[in-house]
Amino acid sequence: MVTATLSDVDLRQRAWEIAARVVDPEIPVLTIADLGVLREVAVHDGRVEVAITPTYSGCPAMNMIALEIELALEREGFRHPKIHTVLSPAWTTDWISEDGRRKLREYGIAPPLAASSRRALFGVQQVACPQCGSANTELLSEFGSTSCKALWRCKSCREPFDYFKCH
Amino acid sequence: MVNMAAASIQISETPLVLYVLRRADDALILGHRLSEWCGHAPMLEEDMALANMGLDLLGQARELYGYAAKVEANGNDEDKFAYLRDVGQYRNLLLVEQPNGDFARTMVRQFFYAAFADLYWRAMMRSSDATLAAIAAKSEKESAYHLRHSAEWIVRLGDGTEESHARAQTAIDDLWAYTGEMFWLDDRERALVDAGIAIDDASLRAPWLKTITNVVSEATLTLPTNNWMQQGGRSGRHSEHLGHLLSELQSMQRTFPGATW
Repeated sequence: MVTATLSDVDLRQRAWEIAARVVDPEIPVLTIADLGVLREVAVHDGRVEVAITPTYSGCPAMNMIALEIELALEREGFRHPKIHTVLSPAWTTDWISEDGRRKLREYGIAPPLAASSRRALFGVQQVACPQCGSANTELLSEFGSTSCKALWRCKSCREPFDYFKCH
Repeated sequence: MVNMAAASIQISETPLVLYVLRRADDALILGHRLSEWCGHAPMLEEDMALANMGLDLLGQARELYGYAAKVEANGNDEDKFAYLRDVGQYRNLLLVEQPNGDFARTMVRQFFYAAFADLYWRAMMRSSDATLAAIAAKSEKESAYHLRHSAEWIVRLGDGTEESHARAQTAIDDLWAYTGEMFWLDDRERALVDAGIAIDDASLRAPWLKTITNVVSEATLTLPTNNWMQQGGRSGRHSEHLGHLLSELQSMQRTFPGATW
């Protein structure tokens, strides 16, 4: 075991900090803690268990994220960490932290609107351009470079940009 | 030498296993159909959209197969369900196995299904089965997007050019007879409805029809007045198209049984 002198509570704190530093392979400026994908870290008799939740059912990054967490914990001396997936409660973009939203914007991805706006069948969405801040933008495609993003274009600065879909 | 033992699996079809496999098969087969567009869609954005939706459906199928395997507890798993069942063992709706045809046909098929799936998953969030309720809460967010995407296309195609209107109308007329099966229940499903595990799919027909009617009329298209409906997929009686689809989907496992990456 890692060390006999640390209690499960201390170990849990350390394990959380290590897991929380793992980044999303598709959006490397965001950690899985920023995203709200990291749900729970528990330690029983020195063995750590981590629960993560998928953003989308078919998100291909989940296997990679689980592997990254396992490797990060192993590197720090946690033996045989167990990573499992939980579906409930279902992930929502509302779980992305304020810090995460700022990082997204700085990276050039417009952060998601509040999830309550997602149900309108032909709804009008106002997404601000992450480059110049203009609200004069248009949707190019509901589906972008990954499951969680849509493709937009700014009509002021003419730059296309990704929008993190509200979910 | 072909390993005949792996030719197809045996399934202990309890009502719940059958119920979950039916929904898993819908998602897998429709997801596979959408993946066939990859590299062929009329524009890059749609190529990505169709692949994205296919991925969502594949994700839903995996969750459902995983759960069916757990309930069945018979040594099967998601891969065996997908790769080692023959056409007669598949339980998906006839609608989802219909060929892609032109883009209008794919969009009409998608619209008919997404309008149903959106209602279905939202209702299933209240299932007394915790796993199905959790899968539903995940899937309804995705189906909301799929519905919006396809509804916008129905309007654009129907209210577009003479050519796009004609193609969309033909697709509606041709696929209409496959929509009734979505609202069909057998006795085994009825028992699950009574237990609070499943929802009564027949109760979704009226709200489904309302969505369809609104969008189709905005698209200046019309719904057929003939309401004769074809069914069979839920009982394993499929159109000729599914076998061809499976021969591609399963080719690796059929050629090299047990192959892994």
